[in-house]
Amino acid sequence: MKNFWNNPISPQNKRGTKTSILQGLSAAWPICLGYIPIGLAFGVLAQKAGLYPIEIMLMSILVFAGSSQFIAVSMLSTGAGALSIILTTFAVNLRHLLMSSSLAVFLGNATRRKLTLFAYGVTDESFAVNYTRFSGKIWSVNRALVVNHTANLAWIVSSVIGGYSGRFIHQGAFGIDYALTAMFICLLILQLKSRLYVLTAVIAGAVAVILSLTIPGSSYIVLASIIAATTVLGLKKWGAK
Amino acid sequence: MIHAEVIWVILGMGLVTYLPRWFPLVFLSRRRLPQWLVEWLDLIPSAILSALLLPELVTNGTPRHIALWQPELWVAIPTFVFALKTKSLGGTVIIGMALFWLAQSVI
Repeated sequence: MKNFWNNPISPQNKRGTKTSILQGLSAAWPICLGYIPIGLAFGVLAQKAGLYPIEIMLMSILVFAGSSQFIAVSMLSTGAGALSIILTTFAVNLRHLLMSSSLAVFLGNATRRKLTLFAYGVTDESFAVNYTRFSGKIWSVNRALVVNHTANLAWIVSSVIGGYSGRFIHQGAFGIDYALTAMFICLLILQLKSRLYVLTAVIAGAVAVILSLTIPGSSYIVLASIIAATTVLGLKKWGAK
Repeated sequence: MIHAEVIWVILGMGLVTYLPRWFPLVFLSRRRLPQWLVEWLDLIPSAILSALLLPELVTNGTPRHIALWQPELWVAIPTFVFALKTKSLGGTVIIGMALFWLAQSVI
């Protein structure tokens, strides 16, 4: 059972494509499980804000970033201008810059075409799943692509269904609202490889809580991460002297 | 049927979301990065995951306020222990959902 979740097979396996797809899917399903209720909720809200199903689908295809889509829809319903919505989206999604930078370390051998395709699917969740597996040396760009695009498909389909029929789906069923939180808990634990990472997580968490209470929006994620990583790296270099 | 302004908003959002995802992948993956940057980037995932997670557990509402008496936080403790013991992503998601469901139906 454990092997199924953790995918211990090496990427050098020559039965290439099929293995990549199966391993990608087995890494992607917890993300999909988490995206479905959020996608449905997004669809419902977007429809209430006056978007047509085709527009909901286009937004989920072209943007594919949950929190900024929620914000955009609520801004649209209050009559905000296009430019202010786009600038807010940029600020909210700037954290992907850090995630893609971290992933880039593992992708030196990938072609530019694959990277361009892969970039499209970098989200909080796919980043965390792929990074964990890349750093465990059991991952390849093809598997990562399967993760990203499977998650994307779940997001698009659930948001469109939400746009048509989300009203009828009972909120909170099966505790599904907690799926992504539980996933982040496990992914965080997998990252805590030494005291240095624990210290980084503690600082980032504490700073994020304080900033989230004091500044509006979600810029606390980027700020807290940069502050924590810089502080710990500084301590490490200072301690090494 | 389609609103012209909504389409411009969606296209603009798509562009400003895609570029920060794409730029570092294409420009950093081919370069030998300085050692300090590699070490710094190595700390970023722990930092981001914690910064995403902790405010969700201990705060609530808009604007956010501290909310310690919520199932999000209390369910996180057994979920955390389970994840620590098993290191199983799928298992943790199932356990977390089950406990959260239970907590919500009790409260």
